[in-house]
Amino acid sequence: MRHVISVLLENESGALSRVSGLFSARGYNIESLTVAPTDDPTLSRMTIVTSGTERIIEQIIKQLNKLVSVAKLTDLTEVEFIEREIMLVKIRAVNSDREEIKRLADIFRGRILDVTETTYVVELTGDDHKLNAFLAACGVDNVLEVARSGATGIARGEKSLKV
Amino acid sequence: MELNGGALLMEALKEEGVELVFGYPGGAVLHIYDALYQQNSVKHILVRHEQSATHAADGYARATGKPGVVLVTSGPGATNAVTGIATAFMDSIPMVVLSGQVQSRFIGSDAFQEVDCVGITRPCVKHNFLVDSLENMAQTIKEAFYVATTGRPGPVVVDIPKDFTTPGVTVPFEYPDSVEMRSYSPPSQGHPGQIRKATDLILSAKKPMIYSGGGVVLGNASEQLRSFTQLLGYPITQTLMGLGAYPASDKQNIGMLGMHGTYEANIAMHECDVLIAIGARFDDRVTGEVESFCPNAKIVHVDIDPASISKNVTVDVPIVGNVAQVLEAMIEQIKATEKRVDPADLASWWALIKDWQSKKCLDYDLSDNVIKPQAVVEALWRETKGDAYITSDVGQHQMWAAQYYGFDKPNRWINSGGLGTMGFGLPAAIGVQLGFPDEIVACITGEASIQMCIQELSTAFQYGTPIKIINLNNRYMGMVRQWQEFSYEKRYSHSYMDALPDFMKLAESYGHVGMNIENPADVDGALAEAFALKDRLVFMNFVTDQTENVYPMIEAGKGHHEMRLNPQRELA
Repeated sequence: MRHVISVLLENESGALSRVSGLFSARGYNIESLTVAPTDDPTLSRMTIVTSGTERIIEQIIKQLNKLVSVAKLTDLTEVEFIEREIMLVKIRAVNSDREEIKRLADIFRGRILDVTETTYVVELTGDDHKLNAFLAACGVDNVLEVARSGATGIARGEKSLKV
Repeated sequence: MELNGGALLMEALKEEGVELVFGYPGGAVLHIYDALYQQNSVKHILVRHEQSATHAADGYARATGKPGVVLVTSGPGATNAVTGIATAFMDSIPMVVLSGQVQSRFIGSDAFQEVDCVGITRPCVKHNFLVDSLENMAQTIKEAFYVATTGRPGPVVVDIPKDFTTPGVTVPFEYPDSVEMRSYSPPSQGHPGQIRKATDLILSAKKPMIYSGGGVVLGNASEQLRSFTQLLGYPITQTLMGLGAYPASDKQNIGMLGMHGTYEANIAMHECDVLIAIGARFDDRVTGEVESFCPNAKIVHVDIDPASISKNVTVDVPIVGNVAQVLEAMIEQIKATEKRVDPADLASWWALIKDWQSKKCLDYDLSDNVIKPQAVVEALWRETKGDAYITSDVGQHQMWAAQYYGFDKPNRWINSGGLGTMGFGLPAAIGVQLGFPDEIVACITGEASIQMCIQELSTAFQYGTPIKIINLNNRYMGMVRQWQEFSYEKRYSHSYMDALPDFMKLAESYGHVGMNIENPADVDGALAEAFALKDRLVFMNFVTDQTENVYPMIEAGKGHHEMRLNPQRELA
């Protein structure tokens, strides 16, 4: 099953490689991994999207907790949570397609950031279902390039991940 | 007090109570070696290869319980140390490795003797640090010792760029009294609710079994384990790493379990209905095929590392905490309740075990013509009254040492269980002997393993460590040969050691006493003679039976109930 794990870790050189090294050394899947500093400059927040059996997910969480650089973590999939990813996609836009793609971008609440005679760059935010749906709607042949940020997430309500 | 980086390191080691540092100098640590020269509180042991520095510090740590400390230079110094660091990591041994690094401004430039030491060691350390300034060095050292010695112990590497130890650059020195790390908080107390649940289960068993491991030795919980086991009257089996934590000579001990464990221990594991795992990690050499591991048992697991719980085998009642504390709490609860296992159930369980014991799975045939390796280990036990510190290398001799030298005390059995590092035995023995100069230290080894760190005979001579080396020389990498015999139709691919040195002369050339023993009748006398030389290292080369195998054995992919017994001794 797919899990979204948020991790607060010490914002120090090498901390990222401790986490990525753990995943490769123990053969765990990484679907995506994002990391950036938080409001507290000494801490980074990492979002890992992974998958595995319950037993593997339990091991992943325990092994992450065991890393000395990891301050705190939560499995967002255990609670109500919001997941977002940003995607920039370059699409071939000629003739009648120009209008169609503009319309699709509107439907998906995307924004067109760059326009040339033959292409658009569309910015789109959402969970991975939405992003995939947009790409499918545009048609594989029209999609020239995709840049996705990987997912980030946060729990709904009062619950917050803080040190 | 204003100190430069090198002097600061020395003061920090002194504050940590470090007496010995095992190391080897080089360019990046020259400033540190200069500081070492100018003080008297920390003694440096010069090894002949950095791998041995880590093994010696490791042996010292396993025997004394104190963290081992290593000092190596950058580049090859650091990479040579990696095998020893990984060895300590796999067996959870507290160790602090100080490695030199090129000057901070050269890091990343492929400078002379530069490697990414933090990167290379990351997967085999509990944690590692690259010192980022002279100002933070004392704090980093404090944290390194704290992390290495608390919770589940392990090796910690501190990589120190050379410019932070420059003699002319100083900072005010103040060593922190305590350390707090928001991202590291080792567990201590077991959860009272879980302990209650465990006690209930333990007292409701009909066929209970205690399985204890290296965590009991590391957690100094032997006394508690003994009280717990004797209070309950249950059978106990120990892992390779746990030997000695419960006295081998006690009647409740039914021997080691696992691949080369006793028949009775493994069958009892298979048949038990409640398994109490204490400070053990369900290693594959212990469990055999996981699918058929303890098929009828509810499992209690006490361990300080939450990640060890339900990693390989799913357990029913996990307790995360300090083993000694959890055992004490369980003892208290057992004493407070009237509830006991039905004595009739326990008696019939013991009757079954006695029956399995009657197979005498460790018996072997003696010979008048050729020395049996098992007999040498038994003779060593008699000669040392079972009270020596025994280090070993890896292979058949290691298993025979574990099977035939009955350890009654913890910290006496020093071997590389997890990583299985050949070459460990001799340097580890040096470390043990330096930790306990007045105790008897013997290294049980083979002619293949000993050659991996043979150069340490020179270190042993320099520091006058009177180790007794028991070389069980069968002219084969015995364990490799055994597997080739069983699984590869006796195609002995590269397991024969041609062109062996004359070990007697080799020992003598290093300044030691060498002995060749070829006749079974000479074994006892030779040992007596060697151990009478109290202040000399004696290298005893026993020419042993080439065809001897380690029995019993669980082959790969098999369960505890499918043991292979010694074919010559197999009973109905």
